[in-house]
Amino acid sequence: MQSILKLLKNDGRLDARRLAVILGTTEDDVAAKIKQLEKDHIIIGYTALIDWEKTSEEMVTALIEVQVTPQRGEGFEGIAERIYQFDEVESLYLMSGGYDFAVTIVGKSMKDVAQFVATKLSTVDGVRGTATHFILKKYKESGVLFDVQELKQEPSYQL
Amino acid sequence: MNYDNIISRVARDIPPSGIRKFFDILSDMDDAISLGVGEPDYQTPWHIRETGIWSLTKGFTKYTSNSGLMELRREICRYQRRRFGLDYDWEHETLVTVGGSEAIDLTIRTLCNPGDEVIIHEPSFVCYKPIAQLAGAVPVVIDTKAENNFRITADELRAAITPRTKLLVLSYPNNPTGAIMERADLEALAEVLRGTDICVVSDEIYAELTYNGKTHVSIASVDGMRERTVVVGGFSKAYSMTGWRMGYALAPAEIISQMTKIHQYAIMCAPTTSQYAGIEALREGDIDIERMRDDYEGRRRVIISGFRELGLECFEAEGAFYCFPCIKSTGLSSEEFAERLLLSEKVAAVPGGAFGKSGEGFLRCCYAASMQDIEEALERIGRFLKTL
Repeated sequence: MQSILKLLKNDGRLDARRLAVILGTTEDDVAAKIKQLEKDHIIIGYTALIDWEKTSEEMVTALIEVQVTPQRGEGFEGIAERIYQFDEVESLYLMSGGYDFAVTIVGKSMKDVAQFVATKLSTVDGVRGTATHFILKKYKESGVLFDVQELKQEPSYQL
Repeated sequence: MNYDNIISRVARDIPPSGIRKFFDILSDMDDAISLGVGEPDYQTPWHIRETGIWSLTKGFTKYTSNSGLMELRREICRYQRRRFGLDYDWEHETLVTVGGSEAIDLTIRTLCNPGDEVIIHEPSFVCYKPIAQLAGAVPVVIDTKAENNFRITADELRAAITPRTKLLVLSYPNNPTGAIMERADLEALAEVLRGTDICVVSDEIYAELTYNGKTHVSIASVDGMRERTVVVGGFSKAYSMTGWRMGYALAPAEIISQMTKIHQYAIMCAPTTSQYAGIEALREGDIDIERMRDDYEGRRRVIISGFRELGLECFEAEGAFYCFPCIKSTGLSSEEFAERLLLSEKVAAVPGGAFGKSGEGFLRCCYAASMQDIEEALERIGRFLKTL
């Protein structure tokens, strides 16, 4: 049995009417469930996957490893809050292993990103060090392949 | 040379598969949508492909034993036990073949003497009749009916049996109708077969693909049937491995040993790379089956309800990845319908008549296509219906 969540994860544009057909249920049922999922913040948003490389938009993405000293009483949460509120921060994860936070930053240029790291990120209270890795090429995101050139098998038709 | 005199009569008299021309038209078209193919639209899962590659890097490129790799046969038997409750001995009752098709060919050639009758239900996959004819056997057709959900009934089977009946071909979940046989249906057939010497070849290539919460039941699991049944299984549909050509037969040792002889002389063994990939599929691929099956289930609901909304009768196909809408209300033959649909709206589907005379008036639509293609195809078919 497929769930509404898995179906929406693959295609966020599926509306209640089409979901109802796929799941063999009613449109009202699906609409009510989606409403509840949104209310419970299980579905936190809908977005499109875009290959910005193909647009005229100037954009660089960097993955930054951040080491921090957890703060008394609030652990990592307070620092996380201070970091994720920057508009430049696309994602923020608390990690196990050699560093604490993985931050992805989107900027117009490498200089832009470097500037952000130097002046905004490194200066957050509790941040002990950063290591910035620029993303050179994206192959796959959220389970979807970017436009990679593939050799296709010659078609054949069998009964 | 006069080839008419050279080609064997039996080869010459076998009709070519009837739908080639559709696909020739299709391949010249831009933005055509095909609901015509009979294979999954997925790639073989990467871990399975990767295992095939690994076996090549290790240099596993020699023949395997005629019956297939031991490890593969063990995994086949474990899989059949956990999934369908069938109990076969990997050493004496299991044969790895080049696709399910070879297993069907071997079964018919192993069991049939010239003149023996082979009961085949139609509409069904197109290989059974020619294979029986090549073995010198005589096909006897049961036309299954839409009102019986394209299942064989005990009465139909009883009426088809003669003193010369050797074999019943059972092909469920069914290509092209999507019909399945449930335990009660199989019990009824078993009632007719028990106490006879009639054998069954059960083509279960679509066994993993059943819907509406129903699971496949093999006739071999019904009382008194195992001793007379050859179960044919394979990797093509379950794991999207059509091009690897991997199938197998499970049957009593007395039958398997004879089939192995023919296989040994005609084929040697199934491709070694594919056999290694097959081991991986059986060990780690249950999750792939569920994922694909769940996807098909959603597409199945969309296409069946889509046809019904367009006003075409469409029976509740509960297996494989085909639906079989009835187009009799349009007054066109299935071939005319399919051809005009392809030329005017660029949607390819297979006329039901290609699967036997009882398939006439229906259209086989494969929903192993993307959801976008299915929805677009339904829209185009709707437009086409309005022009009739």
